[in-house]
Amino acid sequence: MDTPAKTPKDVSAGDARLRASVGPHISSGESVEHIMWTVSAALLPAAALSVYYFGVHSLLVMAVSIGSAVAFEALAQRMAGQKVAVSDGSGFLTGLLLAMNLPAGVPLYLPVVGSAVAIIITKQLFGGLGFNIFNPALIGRAFLLASWPRYMTTWPVPHDSLSLASVDATTAATPLAILKEEGYARLLEHFASRYDMYTQMILGHRGGALGEVSAIALLFGAAYLLYKGYITWHIPVSFIFTVGALTWIFGGDPVLAVFSGGLILGAFFMATDYVTAPMLKKGQVAFGVGCGALTVLIRLKGGYPEGVCYAILLMNCFTPLLDRAFRPSKFGAAGAKVKV
Amino acid sequence: MLEDLGTIFIASALINNFVFSRYLGLCIFFGVSKKMETAVGMSMTFTAVMVISAALSWLVYNLVMLPAGLGFLKIVVFIGIVAGFVQGADTVLKKINPTLYHKLGIYLVLITTNCIILAVPVISSDEKYNFMQAITLGLGSGAGFSLALIIMASIRERLELANVPKPFQGMPIAFIVTGLIALAFLGFSGLITV
Repeated sequence: MDTPAKTPKDVSAGDARLRASVGPHISSGESVEHIMWTVSAALLPAAALSVYYFGVHSLLVMAVSIGSAVAFEALAQRMAGQKVAVSDGSGFLTGLLLAMNLPAGVPLYLPVVGSAVAIIITKQLFGGLGFNIFNPALIGRAFLLASWPRYMTTWPVPHDSLSLASVDATTAATPLAILKEEGYARLLEHFASRYDMYTQMILGHRGGALGEVSAIALLFGAAYLLYKGYITWHIPVSFIFTVGALTWIFGGDPVLAVFSGGLILGAFFMATDYVTAPMLKKGQVAFGVGCGALTVLIRLKGGYPEGVCYAILLMNCFTPLLDRAFRPSKFGAAGAKVKV
Repeated sequence: MLEDLGTIFIASALINNFVFSRYLGLCIFFGVSKKMETAVGMSMTFTAVMVISAALSWLVYNLVMLPAGLGFLKIVVFIGIVAGFVQGADTVLKKINPTLYHKLGIYLVLITTNCIILAVPVISSDEKYNFMQAITLGLGSGAGFSLALIIMASIRERLELANVPKPFQGMPIAFIVTGLIALAFLGFSGLITV
């Protein structure tokens, strides 16, 4: 054949088979796409329960959040001249996680603004999937909380049964807000007994954001992810253990601390984000302990009743430092001082 | 007393972090946070200068200016004190320890015109701090600025490898990162009611 010979440049640019990615090069049959959709699926039980408790409006919030996240991702990728890859599910997952962090009764433009901040500013401006420094969904939530604090802290009361009506007009403070404003004794008065309080926390019959109402549904999804090996125990266990232990040391109720607020959602589904958490196990444990300590600090001393979102964002700032600090020594260079 | 100093330290280092909640000192913050090595050198020099200039300004303000009724001149005088002290340190360091000078000299010059260095004496005179409180404020502000610089340097080194769209490379993305860190630092708000 009389085709012109390819220069090496053509080969590297054109033939994907000849391009090597960054190591490790172990073929496992897993892909980013597969993981993203599995994590989204693992959130389904909690999402379904939130529809049960908060009615159809909850479903609307999720749909708008996911839809706008995917649309913004496609738009931003097109504008940046990248391949539009919304089918990898990362935009979908960000939208779903953002919705999970919103109260059920928010006006529907809030998830749209939140998705724009999460996808365009926090993710695509840094180069897209894999390059962002902060967890996009959490930045979206923090931005909304700073901009519309009243909408973001108005929590509708969960229904007792599935209802097609819009969100109840009645609202209730979250358990953590009651704890902060009125103290533990007053919080207990809302329940028949301490045991009753724990069961309601775990089953999810309480005020809160969409995704944080039911600990058991979240744990169900998280267990599946752990079983599949998509997340490891290091971050969630060190995070949750630190919150429980520190709360107990400072005289709080550790069981309440672990099952209230967004801790389960944050520890299993957001702190474990591959991109924004440290890569190495030791760094991950340090990350989890840091998240836990900051959460307790903000819950007990801070201005907000819940600190999980800010704690994870603050530790995201430290991720590059943690990766640096726990960098392993080079093979064969043990004992030698490796200059970093 | 000790608790009071702890409050001042935490408040100036985290809650009212000069970079992330008062937006001061940004020129050095963006200029020096490109590499970890320079960020660490700057942090140490900055903290030292901050503490000493806070002490000097306090002494001059409370022992000379207030008795003489010259409180209204404080901004001019503080600029003079800081510039004079930094220039003096620069000259002395060059003479007695050329190695250290070689390492820290460039930072000293940059610090002379930094706004945080001026803000600290002004805040401590406005709040009518005593001597120990003024030094703690300087130390806390230095620690907060060092924290900001080192976090930023580690993030920017990681961003070197990121696929940032061309118009946003360099400074623009650094500003965006700073905004996002500031959003995260909102979590500290209300931590201590001063």
